[in-house]
This record gives sequence, structure tokens and C-alpha cells, in this order.
Amino acid sequence: MSKMHIHTTINGDEVDFLGSPQQSLLDALRDEVGKLGTKEGCGTGDCGACSVIVDGRLVCSCLMLAAEAEGAEITTIEGIADGDGLHPIQEKFLEHAALQCGVCTPGFIVAAKALLDRNPDPDERTIRYWLAGNLCRCTGYDKIIRAVQDAAQELAHEA
Amino acid sequence: MAEAVDYRYVGTRPVRPDGVDKVTGRAQFGADQNLPNMLHGRVLRSPHAHARIKKVDVSKALAMDGIHAAVSGADFPAVASGEIGGEGGGDVADIACNIMARDKALYHGHAVAAVAATSVEIAERALEAIEVEYEALPPVLDVLEAMAPDATLLDENCFTKNLPEKPDKPSNIASVMVLARGDLEAGFEQADVVVEGEYRIPMAHQGYIEPHACTATVNEEGKATVWCCTQGHFEFRAMTSKILNWKIGDLKFVASEIGGGFGGKTVVYLEPVAVMLSKHAGRPVKMVMSREEVFRATGPTSGSVCRVKVGAQKDGKITAAKAWLAYEAGAFAGAPVMPGAMSIFAPYEIENFLVEGHDVLVNKPKVAAYRAPGAPQAMHAFEVALDDIARQIGMDPLDLRMANAADEGTQAPYGPKFPAIGFKACLEAAKKHPNYTKPVPEGAGRGVAAGFWFNIGMQSSAEVRINEDGTVIVMEGSPDIGGSRASMGLMAAETLGVPYEQIKTYVGDTESTGFCNVTGGSRTTFATGLAVVQACEDIIAQCKSRAAATWSMDEDQVEWEDGQAVPAPGVNADVKPLSLADIAASAPKTGGPILGRASLNAQGAGASFSVNFADLKVDPETGAVEVLSFTGIQDAGKAIHPAYVEGQMQGGAAQGLGWALNEEYIYDANGVMENAGFLDYRVPVASDLPMIDTEIVEVPNPSHPYGVRGVGETPIVAPLAVAANAVRDATGTRINDLPLSPPRILAALGDD
Amino acid sequence: MAKVVFPDHLLTHTGGEREIEVAVANYRDLLVALEARWPGVREPLNKAAVAIDGQIYQDAFLEPIGADSEVFFMSRIEGG
Repeated sequence: MSKMHIHTTINGDEVDFLGSPQQSLLDALRDEVGKLGTKEGCGTGDCGACSVIVDGRLVCSCLMLAAEAEGAEITTIEGIADGDGLHPIQEKFLEHAALQCGVCTPGFIVAAKALLDRNPDPDERTIRYWLAGNLCRCTGYDKIIRAVQDAAQELAHEA
Repeated sequence: MAEAVDYRYVGTRPVRPDGVDKVTGRAQFGADQNLPNMLHGRVLRSPHAHARIKKVDVSKALAMDGIHAAVSGADFPAVASGEIGGEGGGDVADIACNIMARDKALYHGHAVAAVAATSVEIAERALEAIEVEYEALPPVLDVLEAMAPDATLLDENCFTKNLPEKPDKPSNIASVMVLARGDLEAGFEQADVVVEGEYRIPMAHQGYIEPHACTATVNEEGKATVWCCTQGHFEFRAMTSKILNWKIGDLKFVASEIGGGFGGKTVVYLEPVAVMLSKHAGRPVKMVMSREEVFRATGPTSGSVCRVKVGAQKDGKITAAKAWLAYEAGAFAGAPVMPGAMSIFAPYEIENFLVEGHDVLVNKPKVAAYRAPGAPQAMHAFEVALDDIARQIGMDPLDLRMANAADEGTQAPYGPKFPAIGFKACLEAAKKHPNYTKPVPEGAGRGVAAGFWFNIGMQSSAEVRINEDGTVIVMEGSPDIGGSRASMGLMAAETLGVPYEQIKTYVGDTESTGFCNVTGGSRTTFATGLAVVQACEDIIAQCKSRAAATWSMDEDQVEWEDGQAVPAPGVNADVKPLSLADIAASAPKTGGPILGRASLNAQGAGASFSVNFADLKVDPETGAVEVLSFTGIQDAGKAIHPAYVEGQMQGGAAQGLGWALNEEYIYDANGVMENAGFLDYRVPVASDLPMIDTEIVEVPNPSHPYGVRGVGETPIVAPLAVAANAVRDATGTRINDLPLSPPRILAALGDD
Repeated sequence: MAKVVFPDHLLTHTGGEREIEVAVANYRDLLVALEARWPGVREPLNKAAVAIDGQIYQDAFLEPIGADSEVFFMSRIEGG
């Protein structure tokens, strides 16, 4: 089957890759581009482990075709940290022990980043509903919510 | 109770050693291992829940372009019955038939054949070319129907075990067990109130977010390396060795980071198949399950029917208790009914009791361990019955439990007398907790229940290496599923007296560290922690010896204090203390590199009790349950890293609430699971839950230097009955079965 | 004499005896004594856990058993 040439910007870098027409963005990111931080938990858009930001919108990369990403700007977990330091959301996840096994963590951090980019001061209910598309089976969400709240405060303080 | 001890590092909350890799996407999980020239393996699964396999022909698949190997049951050796030492998920002959069916397919989704191809798509097309001839048989799906004398048999060679005499007819009841004490009849005669009920819970899945995955490569010398997500790479190696009849020495297993397990990754599914495909193809083979495969073919926990009868006096004293348990094993024997029977009455001192348990084959996936395996189902039944007793005699549910609470010296229902335990301390903490003393919110109901798990020890090894500059490497073999590297680092820091930041903790593969049993049973911080502490003590002994030699003293004239060797009190010597870094720097002249080690089979794991309560609200229009608050109180013995102990308690509460309120395997009449995806098998999401309050009780376990009991199992036990009792309190209607999903609640409320 | 108690599922191996008294120094010697009394019992006992004076051992070996000790054989515990 012939492959398609797809041109994107991923985490600020121009990235060209060849993808098959039926390939999901998730599979392309993992198998063609080597961004293994984006995880597959279900492949059906139910768990959020594959969350990425495409042109400012939070998406499940398993539900998007790679071909649809032509010309898009994509942020993956590998692009959340700025330079050699961690992003405040990442720092707060560590401080609050907001991860146990850690496989859902990239998706949560990307989703939380997308939330705080558009709403820098969300209340607990807003955070819980925004993150309702990301499944975590280890933590019971308590420490994740606290980490996001704390990160929002930190970012507000920095701003 | 032992005195509280002040520690410098133990009990603090530092960042975990693997944390940065896990928040940046750098950490390598099961599906993240890729090798040059790698193929992709896929599994063909039975479309029947019960069928005889007459023929499997892979030749057409093998002839396809891009297909490099195809295998079926006939390619695997016959495996003798036996258990993998320690924790093996049952009989290895059964595991062998579970990962690749031989003459019978025993559940919908049972593996029948597998292929390796240059792409996943080609592999999936090749599966369609495999010819399988089935003779469909009627599926046995209900545990009570399976127990009937005339039931269709899953296994004609299954004769019920543990009966006084060997039965002359085979049965779906793989084994029975009995625990009894005292005089049941006399006990019930003394009772003022008696509650009796039957409680049913369907199968539920561990629901780890990471599907099973592995990559195997076999070289020309017939030696294999397997990367996989596992709770125990040493046991996976042992199982693969038995299933393939390969030498253990020819198999190297590397544990990747693991994306959750909860017991479900203690047993192999893909690994022996991947090794076999790689051997046939001469190329590396990667296998990753889909979420649907995870639901259809990997470890749910048992569905159950529990019948309970309990009698008590007006003052709350339980006079007699009786339980009858039937647990679904799935397709092969091994339901956790024995631990269920041993735990059902464990929190209480009961003179007269009887528990009968049944391990029952049904045409559903072979069950795997799930957090405190067997305890939640049985304890749900009893804790619900106790709630009804409390209502009938008008007693606070915590007071009722306190009136019967087991304590040090109580004869546990499974035999021995308890050493120091923390159940009463948990009850006292609950009674005083601000969430308990505040009134139940308007329109809501409050539920209370207790939880328990034995905890286990088993085998662990650890090595501690001192680098030239005095920094420390801790190497052990317990996959880190929830922050255990941090706990190991803290115990090493405390023992050695050096800062936590100076220590790196690694989980080694099967060839770089000594044997460790699975991360499971809440054993890792206890048993592997014990090995780490002992390996550090080995380091200290060596450092003292080197300091003594340096100072021309006897070894007993040197002590280890705050991370340095110092002359013992009363020893008159004009010497400067030697730090770990000093001793490491001079190591070439004092005997070479400093390496400490310990290996052990840890005994004396301490039981962990819990008390949970919650306020829930039921919407009478929709039947939906809202969790307003949840409080978990548990005896951890000692919380090495309290944040991760709280995390275990909160995560267990969420899983228990999911099991209580929504999660269930739904089957059609043909034995096909109808909700094999996260959309329809609905685990709790962030918007379903409130913050989960925790209180850690610390009654130290005398068998561990820092008092650790282990915490991971117990938190899932109580929430089932907590939810059931809160819904009863909120609605005035007792619903015996789980889950308390909207349709069930609406039906029950409609009946009133 | 130490008290030794067997659970229901092991009674087929002990001729139905639930509780006996034995004078031994440690667990290894107990197994030897029990095997002498009921040939073949060692195998199922090796698959069991044992509690000696309240302390549970998945794999006991040389643990001392005193004159007043209580020894309970029980099922091995696994875990998730």
C-alpha cells in the first residue's frame, strides 16, 4: 500500500514522515516519528493516554488519522517541558505524587496543559470534568487534581 | 503499641527516582521496546465460548507475503501439572493451555493460533486465513448452573478436590474447602437477631491502563531476551521456561516500566507465544494486546455468589456466622475462594463459624489475582449483613465492629493468634474522624465497612553498590508499580545515614539482580525493603571493618553514625570520622569496591486492617449514585513514603467504588462479553469522584526494621460494602447484588 | 508438647486428625515427625503455609518450636 508524505510541526520542530492512509496519528507518532511518550491504552478514544494538542485543541491521537495532521502543529508530552527544566505541571505531578504506574501520566499532563492554556484558574469541578476523558486506575485522581490546582496557582504566580 | 520512632528519611515525601522520566514521556513501558528487523505478532482467538478444536491449519497464513511465522497449540510442548513456586497464577499446565488452546476453546477470546508479520495489518489479515474447525459446545456461564450435577462439563478430568473421598464423577467444581470452629447451632440459639442473605457480584477487571505487551528475540544459539510489562519478570521467566520446556538459563527477562497490574500482570499471556514466534521467524517479535483482548482474554477476578447468615445479641456480640461461597474460576481451576474464606471473618473474634467455599469452572476467562484476591467479594457479603445487624439492634456500625474486633491474641478464623494488629486503632480513628462526627448531608446516606488483607513476604534480593564518590546504587528485582523505588531509596538512606538524593534505585533484569518474587500481595516494601535494609547493613559492616583497619582498631571499637564511621563511645582515639565518601575514595587501598548484598525469604508479613466510610447520594430519577465524600483509614504498620501510601488507599478506594457502582462483565447467552471496552466497561473517571480522605494508622509490624506491613491490597476491600451500606442508608432499600448501577437501583426502588 | 493443627483440606492426609501434640525442636523436625506418622503428608504440607505462635511463614525451615508452641498449617496466601 502506498504511503503518504505528511508534513507537520511537532513540539516546534518541522517533521516530515510517511504514513499509510489508514494510520492513526497515535501510531504515526509512535512508529514513524518515535514519540513513544504518547501511550495507547484503548485505541478507541476512551482513556486519554494518547492525548496530544493539535493546533491548540486537545485530541485523542488514536481517533485522528495521521493524514489529517498535514500542516498541523502538534504538541506531545515530549514538548511540554521548556528547555532544560520541567513545566510547572510536571513539577507539581512529582511533588504531589500524582502518579503511581505513570502510564496515564503523559496524557494527563498534556490534557492539563491544554486546560490551563485556555483557563488559567479552573475550579475543582472544572478540572474534574476536563480530565474526565483521561483514565487513571492507580491514584483515584485525588493527587492529580491537587497537582493541577497547584500548577495553576504556580503559573498564575509566574505570570 | 510500640513507641513512635523519629526517622530522618523514612516517613518523608521526596520525589520518586523514576519520576522525571514518567512526567516527560521518557519512561519505557511494555509497548515501547522496538528492535531492528522486528516483526509484529497477533493472536487468533476463539469465536466460541466453549468448543472442541478439531483442527487448526496455519499453512495458508504462512504462505502469505510478509508472514514469517505461524503457530498453534500443536507447536507447543505438553506441560506437566505443577505450580510455579510462590505466586504463579495457578497450575502451569493450565497456564500453558490458557495462552494457547490445545484440544478445547474454553472461553470467547481464548487464544487458538498466532502469527508474526512485517506489520500489524498483514498479521491481522493472515489470522483470517487460518483454518480452524470447531465443534461448538453449550457454554456454562452461571456459577450455580455450573455446580449442578447434570451441568455440561468444561473438563471431563476435573474431579472435585478436598472432598473426604475422591468422587467417582467429574464436576465443574474444581475444589471445595471448609473453615469451621465452635458450635454453629448453639451460637445461633444464643442470638437475639439473625440476618441472612445471598449476595451476587459479577466478574470485574483490574482495568490497568497499559495493555499487555512484550518484545521477544531469539538468537541463533537459541537464547531469548524478552522485554515485557510484568509484576514479576522472574516468575514470567519461570513460567515461560516450563511452558516451552526451555532452560531458565536460556531466557532473559527485562521488566519494562509497568502501566498498572493490580494482580493481572502476575501471569503470562503473550511472552511464551512471542518467544515461539521469534524462534520460528528468526527475527524479533513484538506483541501488544488491544484493549478488547485485555478484557476478553486476561485476568478478571471471580464473579461470586455468597450466602451469609449471622447471629448477634442485642449488645452487638456476634454469636455465630456462616458463609457459603461460590467463586467463578473461569476456564481453569484457581478462583481465590480460599483467601476469601480465610478473610471473611478475619477482623472479628467469632467463636462459632463455618465457611464453605467452592472453586467453580465456567466458560469465561481464567481469573487472575486482583488486589486482595478473593477478599472483596466475601467481605462485601459479611459487612453488608453486619450493617443490617447494626440497624436491627440500633447500634452504631463502628460500635458493632468494635464490640467484636479482633486484637492481639485473638485466634484468627484461619488458625493462628494475631500478633499486634491495628484494627481497633482504625475503628477508634474512624469514630473520631471529623468526616464521621459531622452529620450525614441532607438526602445522602452513610456506609461503613471494614477491610483486611494478610499481606505476604516471599523471596527478594538486593544489592547495594557504593560508587567511588560515595553515591549509592540500590539494585533490586521488584518491578516498580507505584513508587517502590522511592521507598527502597528512603529505607536505604535511613539505614546508611546518607541523603536520599545520594541514592539511585534500579530494578534489574533477571540477569543483573537476584531472584525476586512478583510485586504483589503488598510484599514489595516489606520483603524487598527488608532485603535492601539488610544489604545496607552489609555495607555498614564492611565500612566499619575498613575504618577499623584504617585506624588500627578492632571492629567492635567502630560504630556507624549518621553515615560515617566513628570510634565507639569510650574509645580514645584522635581520628576524624570517615564518611561513606571517604571510605569509598580509599576503597582501592582497603580491599577494593564496596558491594553489599542480601537475599531472603521474608517471613512475618503483618496483616493490614482498614475501616472506610462514605456519604453517597442516590438520584431517584436516574438511579445514579454520587459519591459526596470517602474516608479511608488503614494500618500501614509504617508508611515509608506516606504520599504513596495515601495513593494506594485512594486508588484502591476508587477501584472498589467502581466495582461497587458500575463495573461488571456483561455476557450474552453465547458467552460473548458485550462490553469489552472502556466505553461500556465504565471505570471511575475524575468527575465521578470527590477528593478521597485518608488517615494512616501506624501499628508497627515487629518483623520489619521500620515496621512495614504493606498497604496495596487492603484498600480495595471495604469500599464494596461501604457503597452498598450507604445506598441502603440513603434509600431505605437493601440491594444485595453489585454493581449498584443505575438500572439495578431503579429496579430496586421501583419494587418498593 | 507443641500443639499442631491441620485445616480441613489437609485432613485427608492425616487420617482425619485435626489436632495433635508433638515434641520437636524446630519446623524441619516437625515435618520429619509428621512424615513418619503419615507417609506422604510432607508434599501437601510443603505447599501450605504455617503459623508458629502467630507468626505466618510461607516457607518455614528451622524456625524453633517450643513445648508451648501453637502450630497451624494453613493455605498459602497470594496477592494482587
